[in-house]
Amino acid sequence: MPKLSDLLVPAPLRKTPKPGEAGVPKTPAPQDLKSAPPERPGEMGRVGEQALEAPTEALAWIDQRMAASGFLTGMLFRKVPKGTNWFYTLGSAALFAFIVQAVTGVFLAMFYTPSTTQAYSSIAHINNDVFLGQFVHGMHKWGASVMVILVFLHMGRTFFFGAYKYPRELNWVIGVVILILTMTMAFTGYLLPFDQRSYWASIVGININGTGPIVGPYLSDFLRAGPELGATTLSRFYAIHMLLVPGALIALIGAHMYLVVKLGTTAPPWTRIGNTPRVAEPTTELDAGAVSGNGYSPNGSGSTIAGVQIDGHNGGGATA
Amino acid sequence: MKAHEKQAYLEEYELLKKKGKPFFPYAVMKDSVMALVVVGVIILMSLLLGAEQGPKADPTTTTYVPRPEWYFFFLFEVLRIIKPPELVPLATIGIPTICMVLLLLLPFYDKGPERRPERRPLATTAGILTILAMGYLTYAGAVSGSPTEIDMKVAPQYKAGAEIVAGSGCLACHKLGENGNNGPGPELTHIGARIPRAAIVRSVEIGPSIMPSFRELPPKKLNELADFLSSLN
Repeated sequence: MPKLSDLLVPAPLRKTPKPGEAGVPKTPAPQDLKSAPPERPGEMGRVGEQALEAPTEALAWIDQRMAASGFLTGMLFRKVPKGTNWFYTLGSAALFAFIVQAVTGVFLAMFYTPSTTQAYSSIAHINNDVFLGQFVHGMHKWGASVMVILVFLHMGRTFFFGAYKYPRELNWVIGVVILILTMTMAFTGYLLPFDQRSYWASIVGININGTGPIVGPYLSDFLRAGPELGATTLSRFYAIHMLLVPGALIALIGAHMYLVVKLGTTAPPWTRIGNTPRVAEPTTELDAGAVSGNGYSPNGSGSTIAGVQIDGHNGGGATA
Repeated sequence: MKAHEKQAYLEEYELLKKKGKPFFPYAVMKDSVMALVVVGVIILMSLLLGAEQGPKADPTTTTYVPRPEWYFFFLFEVLRIIKPPELVPLATIGIPTICMVLLLLLPFYDKGPERRPERRPLATTAGILTILAMGYLTYAGAVSGSPTEIDMKVAPQYKAGAEIVAGSGCLACHKLGENGNNGPGPELTHIGARIPRAAIVRSVEIGPSIMPSFRELPPKKLNELADFLSSLN
């Protein structure tokens, strides 16, 4: 089987081999641009050309030290499978909702004071005095709901499309942890405005945790950070809400996306290689393979030779 | 999934990928449109719904109805439905934890090669039922009556105490006449006939077992509350 990256990246975009590596580079290496500039007429033209080339050279300089262009072009020009549709935008939509939360959260943190005496008035200050304060606060508040909905929708898509199956099991597990952390963000953020609503909802939430078996009382003690909900609780929720969980979320989202790029997104489960949808009957399967004319027909016949009738997915296995 | 099925999947996936389009610009275009919609919806919600503050948090309040944010309504509702005291830990932590573990380990017990939802009847049914259950519980949690209503006839001199009981969240765990949850705490409808006033005061102050302590209540309110409860016989 050829290397995955060779299948993904169109030939002109392939990564240049490192010095000393076997193989002829298909594209000129960045250092070639520098050492052997193409012929140029006239002294004035040369200055202009050099100025034009400055960004390229700067990028080449960075790329020589980061060696990132191979990865970036691989990521950008990797092919997404046939049949990819709008359902596949839910993950990136959830990511954008997270980015909105991160950006608005930073601005809120500039004006918010996590103390029982000042939290409420600092939110009032954001709402009433700060330029666009209530707008940003509103975006953060409603963005939380939007993010929760999008994370659930994204999970629903993954579930019904069977996209959690081999080889993407680990990414599903990471996704569930991201869901739990998103709910943790929602719970801890709710206390911060420190109005009646948030205060009493947090007490109920903490008490609910306290009724859990074995770890319950410890968990509620940890969350409350004392016998009563008070100043220490607020600063603890604040630290969890804006340091601990966001850090973990960013790391896990990074891992999640790394695996998405590495393994590729699934095709919708109904998508088949040929234009005709493949069905269980071996004859139709043979037809589909033959009609598609992409050299995949041997797989179709292979399954009938082997006499296995595992629906849909047996083609390659019989020849492998 | 057996080894040859895995191999078959990978090979089929490679072919599907070859027939696909590059991530940039096709998928990026869709993602960007979606990102604009998401940001647009958030901006619109912020402009239309705002972020009004409620009244300042007051630990001694007697009239506030604690409500979680809407996406925790389903959890809230599970709590209301499951009444027997010995089952409450199961409702609060048990069921959500079991669901989360089942969700987390999904790819490790559902290993079949089939991915089409109509050919995975068990998984698809379970998924749809889960969504319906969560939808129903969220709806029920949203429309359920306030846990701070007391419908029983209260003599005027005990009105203040009844309001304190209603506002302090007692009914989350105690049944009182037609209101409140039957458990985990004991029923309060005839509490005055069963234990003396001093025992009521002590319970409220200490918070025996899983009951939270209400010792932050000012003495006057504590007295009114105890007057009301001990009048119930």
